[in-house]
Amino acid sequence: MSAQGIGARVARKEDKRFITGAGQYTDDVYERQMSAAVFVRSPHAHAKITSVDTSAALEMPGVIDVILGQDIQDAGIGNLICGWGIQSKDGTPMKMAPYNVMDPAVVRYVGQPVAMVIAETRAEAVDAAEAVVVEYEEQPALTDFGNYAAGPVVHPGTADDNLICDWQLGDEAATDAAFAGAAHVVEMDIRNNRLIPNAMEPRSAVAHYNRAEDHTTLWTTSQNPHVARLVMSAFYNVAPEHKLRVIAPDVGGGFGSKIYIYPEEIAACYAAKRVGRPVKWTADRTEAFMTDAHGRDHITKAKMAFDADHRIVGFKVDTIANLGAYMSLFSSATPTYLYATLLSGQYNIANIYANVKLVYSHTTPVDAYRGAGRPEATYVVERMMETAARQFGLSPVELRRKNFIKDFPHQTPVLMNYDPSDFHGLMDTALKTIDFDGYPARKAESERRGMLRGIGFSSYIEACGIAPSQAVGSLGAGVGLWESAEIRVNPVGTVEVLTGTHSHGQSHETTFAQIVSDRFGVPIDNVSILHGDTDKVQFGMGTYGSRSGPVGGSAIYKALDKVEAKAKALAAHLMEADAGDIEIENGELKVAGTDKKLAWHEVCLAAYTAHNLPEGMEPGLKETSFYDPSNFTFPAGTFICEVEVDPGTGVTRIVNFVAVDDFGIIINPMVVEGQVHGGLAQGIGQALLEGCVYDDEGQLLTASYMDYAMPRADDLPSFGLDHLEIRNPSNPLGVKGCGEAGAIGAPPAVINAITDAIGTNALEMPATPERVWRAIQSTQTAMAAE
Amino acid sequence: MYNTTYYAATSLADAAAKIAADGDAKFLSGGQTLLATMKQRLAAPTMLIDLTKLPELKGISVEGDRLVIGAATKHAQVASDATVKGAIPSLAGLAATIGDPAVRNMGTMGGSLANNDPAADYPAAAMALDAIITTSKGEYKATDFFTGIFETALDEDEIIVKISYEIPKKAAYEKFRNPASRYSLCSVFAAEVSGGPRIAVTGSGNEGVFRVPAMEEALTRGWTADAVTSVKIDPETMLSDMHGSAEYRAHLVAVLAGRAVAKAG
Ligand SMILES: Cc1cc2nc3c(=O)[nH]c(=O)nc-3n(C[C@H](O)[C@H](O)[C@H](O)COP(=O)(O)OP(=O)(O)OC[C@H]3O[C@@H](n4cnc5c(N)ncnc54)[C@H](O)[C@@H]3O)c2cc1C
Repeated sequence: MSAQGIGARVARKEDKRFITGAGQYTDDVYERQMSAAVFVRSPHAHAKITSVDTSAALEMPGVIDVILGQDIQDAGIGNLICGWGIQSKDGTPMKMAPYNVMDPAVVRYVGQPVAMVIAETRAEAVDAAEAVVVEYEEQPALTDFGNYAAGPVVHPGTADDNLICDWQLGDEAATDAAFAGAAHVVEMDIRNNRLIPNAMEPRSAVAHYNRAEDHTTLWTTSQNPHVARLVMSAFYNVAPEHKLRVIAPDVGGGFGSKIYIYPEEIAACYAAKRVGRPVKWTADRTEAFMTDAHGRDHITKAKMAFDADHRIVGFKVDTIANLGAYMSLFSSATPTYLYATLLSGQYNIANIYANVKLVYSHTTPVDAYRGAGRPEATYVVERMMETAARQFGLSPVELRRKNFIKDFPHQTPVLMNYDPSDFHGLMDTALKTIDFDGYPARKAESERRGMLRGIGFSSYIEACGIAPSQAVGSLGAGVGLWESAEIRVNPVGTVEVLTGTHSHGQSHETTFAQIVSDRFGVPIDNVSILHGDTDKVQFGMGTYGSRSGPVGGSAIYKALDKVEAKAKALAAHLMEADAGDIEIENGELKVAGTDKKLAWHEVCLAAYTAHNLPEGMEPGLKETSFYDPSNFTFPAGTFICEVEVDPGTGVTRIVNFVAVDDFGIIINPMVVEGQVHGGLAQGIGQALLEGCVYDDEGQLLTASYMDYAMPRADDLPSFGLDHLEIRNPSNPLGVKGCGEAGAIGAPPAVINAITDAIGTNALEMPATPERVWRAIQSTQTAMAAE
Repeated sequence: MYNTTYYAATSLADAAAKIAADGDAKFLSGGQTLLATMKQRLAAPTMLIDLTKLPELKGISVEGDRLVIGAATKHAQVASDATVKGAIPSLAGLAATIGDPAVRNMGTMGGSLANNDPAADYPAAAMALDAIITTSKGEYKATDFFTGIFETALDEDEIIVKISYEIPKKAAYEKFRNPASRYSLCSVFAAEVSGGPRIAVTGSGNEGVFRVPAMEEALTRGWTADAVTSVKIDPETMLSDMHGSAEYRAHLVAVLAGRAVAKAG
């Protein structure tokens, strides 16, 4: 333990660098003789490319080369893949269509790259890109993916009905039987809106080919540089792993969108080799809107069956998930194993059946986005619960309490085996934090001002730290989901931690240092965290799915165990004591019950001078661990949202928002609160503001901040946060993960609150003023008709 | 952005001469519209003639029953200037709703009026406060100046010099923001000037900013919110986009006019 150890609210070490503009992002990389790349992109959602004329572009000032899709194919660079294989209910594999780096013949979404222009400067490359003449033969586009079978075919020959996979989970017959015997059935049509991730830093890549070594270095905006290197060498044939170094330096946010390996990075590596110069490409904001993998986009029909006492007896969900024009790296897992496995929510449900149809459309590829599947599941479950409570005339709190799981571990009918939490306790704390008893008075006060007030609940559970590797492998994952750590203790006692996770906003430099400080009593300033460079760090799986703490942190913990054991053995030897009697306290190794002690740095130095080591001990103090968790982790919480709706305009204001979470052991409360704030902002953004819109021709209408509404600080209330710290028994740190919870739990809380205020159940996200106003009009019309 | 050259004009005549010499040159004020358009390669002027250094385009003063503001006055100045706040607080309040601090510290009143974006805010004030727009060539009443979406009575080589607003007996501005851009989706300026009540709407009209005579007439019979909220707006005259249908905008005009009238007191 130390003052900066686990549980300490210490300020972030990385903030100084970021706040003073000293961060080093990919676009900050400058190489000698560097050239600039700009992509020519499709203006059409679906078209045949009939010709590409690069002659005028090649004559433009500063132009070095123009690369076409055929060039990349001819160089033997492979297609992009989806790394998680799933099957339809009839046993046939998912229909993965070829995903070229730059398809030479057909474009299938607006923004798809068609040609790559390399020039001395970016300005010259932009000018020349305009001079590339591409002739297209326009084709009708499919954007209305609910009618996927009727629409134009995205990949003829591969999926003629646009259906990638007709996937299922759960026991349909048993679920149908449960419905047959049910006292009540609640049904809903639910849509999960499509989102654009909008990381603050747009994607960027710098590729450098070293001819002498036949070696490529790629700096890129990646959440998982090792995975990028693996995929680029094993599948895309860019270079073998030992000839490819991938560096993800400071990365300004990812939210999932930087997990995937994109065409531009692969093209950059090819181009650097071809032109013999380093190549930089950085997306502008419009490219980010058009080409970063989008999120969510589900159409769902759900029904829930209850017995006479309002206990859930069955749950049936039919979802159509839009994957866009191509299958992105983990696109198959997000709406299946990361979604349907969470449909039990916090409730005891004996029978669940889910059918998910994954479909193509002429839109940007869709993949995991903060929460990935769990927000979609939570939205369905929690909208259903609130609607059911209204239908039964029960309080939504009471209906939830009636159905909460109380005994752990709990095996759901959809694969998950929940570790302990306390759902009643979370609800109790949330009700207290929001002053639920005072709500009627607050509502009356709003009404006096002509405002409609509503309250909405969301009791979410999610699954983080996706694992164990063997289990995910059996479900189709192409990778293992363990994590690695190396602890290098220097002779002077400072510590370097090499982690296979990657920080792009998660504060690893602080929280991981706290884990070390907790163990050895060294100040966090004496601990440095290294990540994001495949030449420096041992293999690791990167950061997504809130895995850095539970999986990455546990790997560090395990490596620290080994360092501690060795340091203790050495200290015991030096002090002529028994290793079992050595205690580490305040940066000193002491012999229990005596006044014998050595400072931490003295033991470290002794390990490296190696003048006096115990028999058989190797010099040095450096240990590695590869940690594979035994289970997912299960953060859970109850969020309560209070809104005020202006009936005249339909404008919703969130006046009160409480989030009470169980994240297990908390390493740094301030960092956790920051993660929750950010997640809530994104969840509230999804509920109220954000919505990606395509027109019938497949044009992206929300391609800038003029039309895509990002949440701003004044859209958000001051959040009321609290935690229950229920230790997670499945990993040594006892942590559960906090990165996505806010985005997972918030949307249903907001929509439940608005629909409570305006007295209707039907309301789509984002709940724009006009949508809310229209919902109010229709309830008034309905009431007038009664 | 395409290559361009920058020129800081030294006088109105100098600016006029420069633009006469180069048909593809453009006047530059705060650049908050023009530069953004150029960055997206939607405009490619050969030369930018900066007007913001011209002394004729500066200054804020009260002249009789009018407040006169130089065209190069930045939104942030209008929002914080004591003379504006004293004479027409609702105009200062309107300026404070424009964009973000960066936009307000660069963007100018003249640039906004010359641009006549259907979602811009100043045009509503100009219409409601019987503004007179003085240019390098003459004077316009606001009602004659705005001729359609992004269209004004200005010639290519004509420069807005200053804008004079009648100091109203009372006035208020109700801005309803587009949730994404935060420009006006539908905003109403209500004022009582010597010519009578004025209701001007921006953000919603399919021909840009407009006055609502039926509401103005109703207000002559009594300055009450009810007088305007009962006036029906024809959705056929409204803009419609993904942020607000014509029907919704028509509804908002009435609601917001009522609120502006009530706020003006
Ligand atoms: C992020 C953002 C948010 C914004 N939000 C709002 C908002 O909420 N409400 C709002 O009203 N506006 C908003 N704006 C627009 C802003 O107010 C601009 O400043 C304004 O529209 C243009 O003024 P400018 O001085 O920047 O003109 P410029 O961009 O320099 O010029 C605009 C046009 O006017 C011409 N021009 C400029 N000055 C003169 C003159 N004196 N005589 C003749 N022609 C001239 C130019 O040639 C050009 O064609 C926003 C802009 C941005 C970037």
